[in-house]
Order: sequence, then C-alpha cells, then structure tokens
Amino acid sequence: MGLAQEGREPLLPRLQEAFGDRIIASHSQCGDETILIQRDGMLDVLHELRDRPEFAFNCLMDETAVDYLGKTPRFELICHLYSHTHGHRLRVKVAVPEEDPIVSSLVPLWKSANWLEREVWDMYGIRFSGHPDLRRVLLYEEFVGHPLRKDYPVDKRQPLVPERDPIKSDWKF
Amino acid sequence: MANPATRPRELDPTEEIMELQMGPSHPASHGTVKFNLKLDGEQVVACDVEVGYLHRAFEKMAEQGTWNQVVPYTDRLNYASPFINNVAYALAVEKLLGIEVPPRCQYIRVILSELSRLADHETCLGMGATELGAMTVGFLLNEARELIYDISEAVSGARVTVSYTRVGGVTNDFPPDIGDRITAALKHTRALMADCDKLLTRNRIFVDRMQNVGVLSQADAISFGITGPLLRATGVNYDVRKAHPYSGYDHFDFEVPLGSRGDNYDRFLCRFAEMEQSMRIIEQALKNLPDGPVRVKDPRIVLPEKREVYGSIEGLMNHFKLIMEGVKVPRGETYHAVEGANGELGFYIVSDGSGRPYRVRVRPPCFLAMGALGQILQGGMVSDIIPTFGMINMIGGECDR
Repeated sequence: MGLAQEGREPLLPRLQEAFGDRIIASHSQCGDETILIQRDGMLDVLHELRDRPEFAFNCLMDETAVDYLGKTPRFELICHLYSHTHGHRLRVKVAVPEEDPIVSSLVPLWKSANWLEREVWDMYGIRFSGHPDLRRVLLYEEFVGHPLRKDYPVDKRQPLVPERDPIKSDWKF
Repeated sequence: MANPATRPRELDPTEEIMELQMGPSHPASHGTVKFNLKLDGEQVVACDVEVGYLHRAFEKMAEQGTWNQVVPYTDRLNYASPFINNVAYALAVEKLLGIEVPPRCQYIRVILSELSRLADHETCLGMGATELGAMTVGFLLNEARELIYDISEAVSGARVTVSYTRVGGVTNDFPPDIGDRITAALKHTRALMADCDKLLTRNRIFVDRMQNVGVLSQADAISFGITGPLLRATGVNYDVRKAHPYSGYDHFDFEVPLGSRGDNYDRFLCRFAEMEQSMRIIEQALKNLPDGPVRVKDPRIVLPEKREVYGSIEGLMNHFKLIMEGVKVPRGETYHAVEGANGELGFYIVSDGSGRPYRVRVRPPCFLAMGALGQILQGGMVSDIIPTFGMINMIGGECDR
C-alpha cells in the first residue's frame, strides 16, 4: 500500500504559492493532496495546472460530483488530475450551489471531460457551460430526475416512455 | 408500394450519407452497445457511441448498505476480472481507515488479481480473435479461462461472483493444495498461449485486419484519460503497479510491455505480453508466499472467529455490532487506484463517519475508452468497428455500472 505521493515533494505549498487566494481550502488526508478552488475562474486555474511545466497535469483521470444534501453549497465537483510527466496526482474540488448548478466545462482542456461531464449531468443535474454535447450518457433522455442526488429515492419508479421512432434520431453531426 | 412516379427521386447511393444503427444487440459484437453511424459507402463519417444498456445503479446501491455490503456489487463491475475490483475497493476503504493488511493477505490479493488479469486478457483476445474468424483461438483461450475459473472456485467458492475481499483482509485463507493447482494451470495456460501465438501473431489475415486499424495517437490517448493496455500500446509507460505500487507489487520483478503505434495490433501484443508478466508475478508470489494471518487483528474492522461468536458474549456482541452497524470508517475522502485489466480502476470514496458509505465512485477504465471510440472509428471502415471495439474490451458491467 502506501501513500500516493510517497517520496515526492509535496504539491500543496507550490500550489499555494502559484494560486494564492484562488485556493479556498486544501488538505492532504491519506496523502491525497486536495484543493478547493473558486468556481469563478476555475478554468484558468485548471488551465495553468495543465500547462505549467512544474505541474503538467496532462490527464484528467476522473470527474465526478458529491451531493452534500443539507449543506450550502450543496454539490461538490471533484476532478482527479494526473501528470504522466511527474507521476503526481491532485484532487481539485469546486463547490456548486443548488440554485445555480452550473460550472465551466473542462472539455477545452481535456477530451476525457466530455463523457465524464455528461455522466455528472446525468446523475447530478449539474450543467457545464461550454460543453459541446451535454446529453445523458448512461440513462435515457426521457428519464425524470437525477438519480445520484441524495433526495432521489432509491426505489423510485420511472414513467413508461413511448417507443421512439428508430429511424429519426435527434443526433446531429 | 408507392407509385414510382410520385416517389421522390432517389439520390445516388454512392453520394448519399447513410444512417445506420449498429446494436445494441449486434451478433458480431460482444457487449451491449449501440453505434449510431453515418456512413459514406463503407466508410464511417461519424460515429456516436451509446452506452448505458447495462446500468444497474452501482453507485446508488453502494450508498444503501454497509461498507462490506458493497463487495458483492464490485464483482459485477468488470465480471471478467472480479478479484481486481474486490481488491481495489478493499484497498480504497483500507486507505481511508489507515490500515494495512498482513503480508500473506497482500500476496493472496496479488496472486488473485494477476489470475484475474489473465482471465480478462484471455476473454478480450479470445473474443477478438473469434470475431475475426479465428474460432480456434477463441476455444483455446476459453479453455485457459476455464482453468482460472476452477481456481476461483477452489479459493472463493464461486466462479465469477467471488466476493472474496473484506475490509481488512480476505474471507478465507487459500486451500492447502492451491500452489500446485495454480502451477499446473499456468503450465497448461503457457502451452495454450504458445498455440495461440503460432496461430495469430504472424498470421497474415489477422495482422492485416489489426495493423494500422483503430489508431489513437499518444496525445489523444492521454487527453481522453485512457489507461492500461490501450495507453501502453501508444508507448506511454504508465502502469499503476509500477508508478504507484500497492499491495506489495514493488516486491515483484516484472516488465511493462509497451507498443509504439497505438493500433489494434499493438493492443493485442501488449495484452499478450502482459499475460506472461502476470504469470511471472504469480510464480514469484507463490514461491515467497508468507505465512501468517489473512486479516488484520482489529475487532472494530474484522468479524471475530466463529469460536468467539458462539463461545463468548464479547464475541457475539462484536459480531452483532459489525453486522448491524458496519465498519466505522473515519469521516473524509480518498481515491485509490489499482491497475485493472483495462486500465486504472479507481475508487473515490467519501465517508461521513458512519458505518455506511456516503459516496462510492468508480473510475471505470473502459468508460473513458468508450468515450474515445467515436473518434477512433471515424474515417475507418464498418468492418473495422468490430476488431477495434474488441480490443477496447468494453465490459458492460464496468462501463455502465
């Protein structure tokens, strides 16, 4: 086992130096270095994380969300970055309020964000501005609600949907 | 039939872009997935990949029970390599608990993970070859897979749905004769693989269908978040077992096979070479398998022995509390990744300090690969969809969760 960043220079001090008050909070529980950044200007921070050679996070490993129902802001967007150059990981979190669940899309930075953000939209109903094709990915278009939200009952049933015309697809290219 | 005079003038079929929906249950593809294709003759102009047909709400269900009750669900993620999912989940929870399992347990987990990887690659290559007409290879590799299922059955009691790990260890120790059984199975597997190698690797038909087909550049592979054999086929040396060793993988001597072109043939070769490396790891682990317990000694995490449960009130209470309330995992969040058969299999877990997970997120390697598939197929031929899809090795249970 062992900590993910074992034997490597810690990232957090360097990140604090580079981004200052654009980082709201940080921790490194279990050795996972984590920063919470502001929603406004998050794309700039992530852009710098990708392009500055000392960070060089060239891979967006995962993008997901967590619903902290009852807290404000309600949602947290979680991005797991990885650098194939340095072999280090970073978790970047963005708080997303319930009233205005919209964040910048990371598709301009990493192609993996495309499907991962479609899944976050599908499961949590968080919208991504600038996403080229924000459709549901695992569920179907007629699905009502966003099932990974904590207020979505686990035994909820969905209405039956009329059969779709198999010839007419709404997919544009 | 409509009157030909009133029927609209037909377009020249060679100029028309045809829409074709391939799937979700296509006889030539294994896995339930739909390709919405725009075709110019036989060439794919655009491809929209539709997944989700096997969605069973893994992440929602994981929030309903205790931490250990998630283990059976993880079997059903990548059902071609269930042990790896079990191990990945257990390691993530153990990381948040801050515990390390005893060495014997680590070695057992390594052996079973590598056996799973063998089975997974055998599934991928066997099916891939069958779809290109090489049925013999499919049968040979199915025979090899059968050997591993027998071992799974001997170890865990089940062939596929093994549910073998628990937070803090594994359910039971190896049966006494397992070393000999695995050694015999590996010997047999090597013989079968030698046959497959002769049948495929230099086979003109196979090479022509695979080489320079389904090419993905290194930069795109990284940008798409692709890991595992698909990434290594483009020449990126990233294997979680080497880059961030877990479960004592740093004790073993093995190589990471790399490709260079990122086409289907390199993917095939990478997987084929990895199988040999997995067998090397298993042999080393069996040789040096330490003695000792297979679970941590902590009554807050691991169920007491049955002798204790039926013989003492403390044991009974301990058992009851652990079953009813579950292991209390400290409040917090963590991400732990292992090298799954298809790439980085990560679990991101959030605990609110209770006995139930607050959030369990799987980072499924083949979901991200499927995200790239539309681009990979674009510009290729319809007939190349099947081998490319085969080498992506999409496992519905893991991709759709």
